[in-house]
Amino acid sequence: MSIGHTLLGLLEAGPRHGYDLKRTFDETFGHDKPLHYGQVYSTMSRLLKNGLVEVDGVESGGGPERKRYAITEAGVTDVQRWLATPEKPEPYLQSTLYTKVVLALLTHRDAAEILDAQRAEHLRMMRMLTDRKRKGDLADQLICDHALFHLEADLRWLELTAARLDRLAREVRPA
Amino acid sequence: MSLPGPLSGRLRDLGLGVRFAVSGGREGWTRTLLTAIGVGIGVLVLLGAASVPTFLHKGNAREHARMLGMGSSGEHVHRSDHSFLYVDVSSQYRSDQVSGYLLRPDGAHPALPPGVDKVPGPGEMVVSPALRKLLASPEGRLLKERYDYRVVGTVHDAGLTSPFDLYLYAGSSTIDTAHGAHRADRYGAYLRPQPLNPVLVVMVVLACVVLLVPVAVFIATAVRFGGERRDRRLAALRLVGADARMTRRTAAGEALFGTLLGVALGGVFFLGARQILAHVQIWGLQGFPADVTPMPALAALILLAVPLSAVAVTLFALRSVTIEPLGVVRSSRPRPRRLWWRLPVPAAGVALLLTAEPVDAVDVLGLVHIAAGVLLSLLGLVLVLPWLVEAAVRRLRGGPVPWQLAVRRLQLHSGGASRAVAGISIAVAGGIALQMFTVGIDADFRKTTGADPKRAQFGALASYPSGALAQRMVDDFGATKGVKKVIGTVESWARPQRAKADPRGATTVSFTVGSCGSLRELAHLSSCENGDAFRVTESHDAQQDGRLQKLARPGTRLAVDDGRDLYGGTAKPVLWTLPKDVPTVASRRAPDGTYFGGILATPGAIDPSRLHNATTSAEIQVDESVPDVYDLVRNTAFRIEPGMRTWNFRDVQRDQQYTSIRSGVFTASALTLTLIAAAMLVSQIEQLRERRRLLSVLVAYGTRRSTLAWSVLWQTALPVVLALALAVAGGLGLGRLMLGMAHKPVTDWGLWLPLAGVGLASVATVTLLSLPPLYRWMRPDGLRTE
Amino acid sequence: MTPAGSLLSATDLRKSYGSTPALDGASFSVHPGEIVAVMGPSGSGKSTLLHCLAGIVAPDAGTITYDGRDLTSLTDAERSALRRGEFGFVFQFGQLVPELTCVENVALPLRLNGVKRKDAERRARARLEQLEVDDVAGKRPGEVSGGQGQRVAVARSLVTDPRVLFADEPTGALDSLNGERVMELLTDAAREARAAVVLVTHEARVAAWSDREVVVRDGRSRDMEFTR
Repeated sequence: MSIGHTLLGLLEAGPRHGYDLKRTFDETFGHDKPLHYGQVYSTMSRLLKNGLVEVDGVESGGGPERKRYAITEAGVTDVQRWLATPEKPEPYLQSTLYTKVVLALLTHRDAAEILDAQRAEHLRMMRMLTDRKRKGDLADQLICDHALFHLEADLRWLELTAARLDRLAREVRPA
Repeated sequence: MSLPGPLSGRLRDLGLGVRFAVSGGREGWTRTLLTAIGVGIGVLVLLGAASVPTFLHKGNAREHARMLGMGSSGEHVHRSDHSFLYVDVSSQYRSDQVSGYLLRPDGAHPALPPGVDKVPGPGEMVVSPALRKLLASPEGRLLKERYDYRVVGTVHDAGLTSPFDLYLYAGSSTIDTAHGAHRADRYGAYLRPQPLNPVLVVMVVLACVVLLVPVAVFIATAVRFGGERRDRRLAALRLVGADARMTRRTAAGEALFGTLLGVALGGVFFLGARQILAHVQIWGLQGFPADVTPMPALAALILLAVPLSAVAVTLFALRSVTIEPLGVVRSSRPRPRRLWWRLPVPAAGVALLLTAEPVDAVDVLGLVHIAAGVLLSLLGLVLVLPWLVEAAVRRLRGGPVPWQLAVRRLQLHSGGASRAVAGISIAVAGGIALQMFTVGIDADFRKTTGADPKRAQFGALASYPSGALAQRMVDDFGATKGVKKVIGTVESWARPQRAKADPRGATTVSFTVGSCGSLRELAHLSSCENGDAFRVTESHDAQQDGRLQKLARPGTRLAVDDGRDLYGGTAKPVLWTLPKDVPTVASRRAPDGTYFGGILATPGAIDPSRLHNATTSAEIQVDESVPDVYDLVRNTAFRIEPGMRTWNFRDVQRDQQYTSIRSGVFTASALTLTLIAAAMLVSQIEQLRERRRLLSVLVAYGTRRSTLAWSVLWQTALPVVLALALAVAGGLGLGRLMLGMAHKPVTDWGLWLPLAGVGLASVATVTLLSLPPLYRWMRPDGLRTE
Repeated sequence: MTPAGSLLSATDLRKSYGSTPALDGASFSVHPGEIVAVMGPSGSGKSTLLHCLAGIVAPDAGTITYDGRDLTSLTDAERSALRRGEFGFVFQFGQLVPELTCVENVALPLRLNGVKRKDAERRARARLEQLEVDDVAGKRPGEVSGGQGQRVAVARSLVTDPRVLFADEPTGALDSLNGERVMELLTDAAREARAAVVLVTHEARVAAWSDREVVVRDGRSRDMEFTR
């Protein structure tokens, strides 16, 4: 996720202080990982340098410096372009799990055991997310569902692989 | 779509339907078979009904073809090479009628009776297969004593009315015209067809309607078997691009195939069922399997009309269903049925019956009038019933769970139930009406003979007059085991010598000769000796008594037994003077229930053997505790004179025609109820099958089997009870109307009980027979599917 | 081996339909108030396991203990009474009586237990309210959506306050949004009523609503908690 574009997008509604930006971001998107203030500061200075934002005003007083940022014309164009560009689907072609399974087969370890352990782990995570979803608001639900769908996809792969272990073993083991 | 022509497109749609019917897997076949069996049963009944005229005709024709001496009265048959003498030697054996003739050919080439290859010689006889079997069995022991002839041949089917016909021709060298034999030179009688009694005509019309309407209902139900599944399949057809018309044609094709199969099955059923006639006697139906042949025109009509109406019913049923590509949309809230257009039908029927007059078979217009009245009244029942079921069921609420399940089901789908039940109600209403009608007219057909079985249970009538014969009858019957008392008399008539002969009998009085013992049974005699004569009055017949007073005063010279009196014969009368001191005595109820009026004489007063036109008869009192006493007496009678007629005095003699029609009506009612019950059963089972899964789920919930069994019972019982109520009311009303038409009072209002009982029994049967599949589908297997 | 404190447990169940084994030594247990998911590929025997546990079918071999009672030794009538009184059921589809209204459907198990119609329907309405479908109470199943129908079914399964709720693919015929909602309402209601739930599903996302998961493969069960 591009933090720069996200912050730019938030600025489109109107000029804000850096601290304001961080709080809004955390509330809306940062459920898992709140932004460090330093991250905001470094991002904003990069955007400033590229001419996508400008300083709208500075409040002086005690504590940290309180700059107010506003989005520029170029900044709006940039957000527009980012939103319009589809994300590249992640193919997940390289899978650690696959590697583990093949290795287990090659070394005559119990590959099914590995798959089941992983399955239990996945489900534990899914249960946790479901629980959070139950207690959370719509935003929580959407975010958790996203993760749940991915995990479910993994689980299906695990099931499928478990069902095909014998064939896989024949193929990967040297005759 | 590019069609070579609209017709071939249509045919293709029909063909597709046929393919569905054939290749729908087990499911499809089951449905097709159910339809076919249902239609087959319907066709069987229809073909049976269409065979009735042929059946009656063929039986009668063979019966007439072997008759002797009927229809040729007055003609004198000359002795020739092919003429012969005959005596009717028919008699009863236990409860069976044995018929036949004693034959004595005049020449070398006597005419052959139908079904017989060679006329039996003296002491020989040819018998029907059934009689041969009876004679050979221990049950036929006494009969063998009676017809003590050597069996030399068989009477073939051409000379028999049915496989159970007991018939014989025996040869004789002794019978002569002086002793009761007649001469003939050919077999067969032409009898003018008797027009049916008008009340019987009404009965026949009603019976036909009672029979045919339920069959139509049944066929309509059979064609709808498996309809829901079919609709889903049609929806799938829509999905791949068929339009509404094509799906309808496909459905028609499917129904058509099942129905055609059904028609074929019906033909097979029919051929099979009529073979039963060769093995058992059912309800007194007499005939050979081959006699049960439908009239060609009626058969063609059935073969054509049944498939066509199947298609019509299918298309009609599809009207309330919209088949969309993604599923079937039933007009979910069907319009409540309206009463206004239904009521006029029974009203018109009632009006027609109210204005009808009794008719006979010749009065076509009157027949149509009555038939239409009955038809409309009964059809009215069918139309009003669904409305009534719906209206009644709509108001039902609450109740225990099985009741609630049944009521709710009926509220949603009352159509099927009331359709099946409409059939039942017609059968029951028609049956009740018929029964009331028959009981009401019973008095007409039940002739109370007034015979007194306590005094004499048996009568014998010799075929020629002879005082000696009368005496022999008294002696021989008296010597027969089990006979307590015999009255033997020679009966003739007398006229004052001076009065003119009158063929209508206005100048004659009865003149009976017998021993004192016999005469005491006919009049109150204070004293009697051989040589006495008596004038008998108080005969309950004023004319008779009046004639006696006027014509037979004491001392009158009488011409006794004048052949010219009654049939203008030539036999000379015997002149005899009524003694001056002849006592006048009161008549007494004779054993045969009659009261004698006229002149009684003992053989000492007049020699009965001189009375050539007299009849010789005996009344015999037997001890009923002696086994086979009647057949012992009949054997004696045959020994005295083969042509002697014997009969049992019974309180009631029933009119044969009436009895056979009534038994036919009950056969029809029974068949109809069975048919409807079968239809109800099949749709019940099909409905259960379609909700297999739901049943399993309910059982998973811990629903008791009995709960569901009760709901099945209620679901059948509720509409049937409603139907029975309507049917009983309708039947009583209809019966009342029909009796009114025949100007008879209602004699018994409780007649509907047995038929209503039959209706309830069919509910119980349907429920009981639905239980095994219900229990089977309540098993958890239903949860495993899909 | 009956795990301590379990409400319903089964050991070494075997069951064949004809020559095809459906269960081949499966074991299971559930504690009061616990939600256990039974997962596995189709044809693995998970539905058969549920049917055995619920006393709908009798296993060929093995023991089933419910609340200290041996389920396999009960008569059919006793097991029916148990299902009526202490178990609740939700299936994938086709479980509502099409002629009865929704509230009558929900009241049905109570009425089978002899509760008066008025009381039964009052309680049924309360359950419909809890599952947020009280607006369809007077409609027939054919007139409501799939999601609503399934919620009515859940209401019905809970109306007798069962101690064990058996759910066989309860969301199988629903889209994910409706499925989510039904699972949420089902688990909430079950937890509130402290009912144990045996949840048969092949969907991980549905199983994720459970506390624990058991996998059935080729008729044998495997408790995923023990694989750590």
